[in-house]
Amino acid sequence: MQKVQVETRINGETVEFLCEPQQTLLEVLRDTLGKTGTKEGCGSGDCGACSILLDGRLVCACLMLAVEASGHNVTTIEGIAGKDGLHPIQQKFLEHAALQCGICTPGLVVATKALLDKHPNPDEETIRYWLAGNLCRCTGYDKIIRAVQDAAATLAYPA
Amino acid sequence: MSAFAYVAPKSVEETLATLKTVQAAGGRAQVMAGGTDLIVQMRAVDRTPRTIVDLKFLAETNRLEIGAQETFIGATLSSAVLNENAQLVQMFPGLLEAADLIGSTQVQGRASIGGNLCNASPAGDTIPALIANGAVCVIAGANGTREMPVEAFVVGVQKNALQPGEILLGLRLKNHDARTADAYQRFIPRTEMDIAVAGCGICLTLDASGTCTAARVSIGAVAPTALLVPTAADALVGTKVDDAALAAAGAACTAASSPISDRRGTADYRRKIIAVLCRRVGAIARDRALGA
Repeated sequence: MQKVQVETRINGETVEFLCEPQQTLLEVLRDTLGKTGTKEGCGSGDCGACSILLDGRLVCACLMLAVEASGHNVTTIEGIAGKDGLHPIQQKFLEHAALQCGICTPGLVVATKALLDKHPNPDEETIRYWLAGNLCRCTGYDKIIRAVQDAAATLAYPA
Repeated sequence: MSAFAYVAPKSVEETLATLKTVQAAGGRAQVMAGGTDLIVQMRAVDRTPRTIVDLKFLAETNRLEIGAQETFIGATLSSAVLNENAQLVQMFPGLLEAADLIGSTQVQGRASIGGNLCNASPAGDTIPALIANGAVCVIAGANGTREMPVEAFVVGVQKNALQPGEILLGLRLKNHDARTADAYQRFIPRTEMDIAVAGCGICLTLDASGTCTAARVSIGAVAPTALLVPTAADALVGTKVDDAALAAAGAACTAASSPISDRRGTADYRRKIIAVLCRRVGAIARDRALGA
């Protein structure tokens, strides 16, 4: 199989990799680059566990080919926390116990980042619709919504 | 040609030449826009190796041009990009609502109107909205560019009118005047993230007295393809788009439908719900056209 060379930026760093043309970005992130924070749930764009940002827009890493990342800016869950510690979104997910098994959590954190970048003060309906593509089989979602609301408040009015 | 390959041509000429070369060599060329349908199909349904020809690097398929008379929407522009354009949302609220119903926020980050149309699912949400707006497909091929209305482009379940070697560049839409407006709604059993059981797109023009002078009604997910329903439009033209006219248009939609029963709904149910959707969507388009 002829491999393709791809140069992209992931979490602010230039990254080069070789991939097969039909490989998804999710496969390359996890299996080639070792960035296993991005999870595979369904592999068909239904569950949102593999949510990443592509040039700031929320996408499923399973719904794009790795070669399509060429020349773009990719942000994964590994790029959300700052060097001083957890991002406020991650901190609020912890404080509100907005997770149980944790498989959906990276995708939800990335999706919440995209939401709050675009809508800093979302109402509950906006939050629920925005996160409708992120499935969680543990929490029943309410704790997630509370964590997102608290994160929005914290980001708007940092302590 | 038994291996996968990926090419991202930079011009229409290069794209058409690539399609020709791959096909001449006995290979399979697969055009891709956002990839949200294609990648799932390649993983789950048909894993046959092919040459993926990415259309996202062409100036034409990325063009969004809002002119004085008409608007051109490039085939590969994502729903997210289109819905970030406030002017476009204000001009074609029904079409943009339809694009905003496709999948999740994540899917909308990649999925395009052009891809939704070419995929030609009977339940594709943007197709009735495009037909209601009288949208025209701009197609490039070896013999130059040709155009056809969207209702002629979709020819069957997951079948479009593109000939081998042709690509969809984008869609031309006539801009609405002050008393013309569109709307689209679909019915799904939950509030988000599902496939239409039935969908209806309507575009209406009213005169100064509020009488309907032109209408286009399109229904989705109740026949092998989305349909233009002229009998429903006839029931609205010349009326104030009141309850009686909307009921008649709804009945015309039911009569034009030929739905199947599947796990999302029975044929009987679809025949009923399409009339309800027609009434609701017609009232929304009317109120928008009245500036209400």
